[in-house]
Amino acid sequence: MTKFRINGRAVVIDAEGDTPLLWVIRDDIGLTGTKFGCGIGLCGACTVHVGGRPTRSCITPLASVADAEVTTIEGLDPQGRHPLQKAWIDLQVPQCGYCQSGQIMQAAALLKDFPTPDDQDIDAVMTGNLCRCMTYVRIRKAIKQAAAELRKGAVK
Amino acid sequence: MSFANVGRGDGYDRGKRHFAHMLKRFLIVVVALGVLGILGLGALAWRPAIAPIAPPAPATFAATLVATGEALAGGGHCADCHTVDGGQKFAGGYAMATPFGVIYSTNITPDPETGIGTWPEAAFTRAMREGVARDGSLLFPAFPYNHFTRLSDDDVKALYAFFMTRLPVRAAAQKNGLPFPLNVRYLQAGWRLLFFRPGRFETESRKSAEWNRGAYLAEALSDCGGCHTPRNLLGAEKSGDAYAGAVIDNWIAPPLTAANPAPVPWTQEELLAYLRDGVSILHGSAAGPMAPVVRGLAALPEQDVRALATYFADLDHADDRLASVGPAVARAMSHASPGVGEDDVDARLTTAACQSCHYNSGKAPLAVRPDLALNSALHLPEPDNFIQVVLHGIDAKDGIPGVVMPSFGPALDDADIARIAAYLRRTRTNLPPWPNLQSKIAAARRSTSALP
Repeated sequence: MTKFRINGRAVVIDAEGDTPLLWVIRDDIGLTGTKFGCGIGLCGACTVHVGGRPTRSCITPLASVADAEVTTIEGLDPQGRHPLQKAWIDLQVPQCGYCQSGQIMQAAALLKDFPTPDDQDIDAVMTGNLCRCMTYVRIRKAIKQAAAELRKGAVK
Repeated sequence: MSFANVGRGDGYDRGKRHFAHMLKRFLIVVVALGVLGILGLGALAWRPAIAPIAPPAPATFAATLVATGEALAGGGHCADCHTVDGGQKFAGGYAMATPFGVIYSTNITPDPETGIGTWPEAAFTRAMREGVARDGSLLFPAFPYNHFTRLSDDDVKALYAFFMTRLPVRAAAQKNGLPFPLNVRYLQAGWRLLFFRPGRFETESRKSAEWNRGAYLAEALSDCGGCHTPRNLLGAEKSGDAYAGAVIDNWIAPPLTAANPAPVPWTQEELLAYLRDGVSILHGSAAGPMAPVVRGLAALPEQDVRALATYFADLDHADDRLASVGPAVARAMSHASPGVGEDDVDARLTTAACQSCHYNSGKAPLAVRPDLALNSALHLPEPDNFIQVVLHGIDAKDGIPGVVMPSFGPALDDADIARIAAYLRRTRTNLPPWPNLQSKIAAARRSTSALP
């Protein structure tokens, strides 16, 4: 039995400790916004937050998140109106959309650490998130737009 | 008659008889000395049993004493060895893979039959100070009585009160995997004669009270030398080489002296953050066998953890090297960007696997982004700790509280991990490359799966 919190709600999971967190999130808890991509932590589609930090859930064993706080794309903002989500819609970032929840979760952590990210910051932090549709240019633009909105919010 | 004796006279035979006679006498002396030695050792090893008592009622112990004992048990990380993963706390059964064979920790809950429920305080005190069980048998030094002997009377009393008020758990001791004759307990008398010096902690009058408190905790309670001091062939800590670093459970316990190779010295501030919060921004996270030590220390009052930090900052002469902190951080930060966007497969692999969490920019690393150019593991002469962390990750309860590093072991193959390790070592340090990375990674995988 492993106990942790997901999007603010407590869950107790009866699964082997080495079960990937991603399986638990999708199959046991039923939150399917987080996607399975490569299964080896190198494409970023499965990115969630653990303790507020971006984490590849496909290579994170269930046992390692005992008592931790997990956030998925469903829990990033209660109304789905995180500045990144707004920018994503505004700029129509996704094409097929499969990698986008991972992109947004990784970008949300990026903006916490680097409120004014330059291209190098974005390249370094987002390189582990692949997009087969090559929406990278729009992703970068959306990150900068969301960063500007967050900064404005911070000033208010 | 052998061919060699043909043609030889009586003189030769007489000589041979004389030699046989001498040999016989010599052997008698050897055997006699051996018997005397064993008897002597036996006499030395003989310790009386202390009569059992009816388990004392928990209410007979003062609550304040129990609370002090609880803090001390945390600082002494007793649960670390006396609890199995997922098992009942302090019920023992944890396997310690020593070079001599597997030794299982014992049940230290107050269960009357399988634990220490019938131990009077005198027996508990004797075990802590002299490594002798209630029944008079000698404990193996896997139990660090060589450190606990220095505890104060008050602290031993508090620890006794704490353990006797735990929930009794019925859990019989497991049979140790020591081969003959190492499993003969009374032969421990020889080891003791050579290496065990009973005694109390002695205050160093030239040092501050805080320093002395730290030294006391390090030496008497927390047994820091148990992992960080190298051992001799008989498993005793080399007293002349205190805190020089050692290998334990497939991890390197780095030197705690000025010989520590981290690019930034371990100052009091960094040690405090590491020991209290599990992470030092300028060194990295407490992982592997160090993680439960940090969790245990949380039970001690903060001034005690600060005292430990003061003691070790003095031990590694951090104050003499304060001037090197700024340049080391600046150098590390100048490394922060290489690799990003480079058309080099090693750089790309490393950026994709590591930089989403470890990348930094600006003048100083962020607390939540442990910078690899400052990481202690990357600067050790051997890659063991780096490999362990990459293979197994770090749980939410270890290192940065609530944060996880995933396990790359099932994801990346040995060649990929070797490439990342070699690339980081090449671009983030000025140190020579680690040799035989791939075979070491394979060995680390094998030894992990072989742990009892």
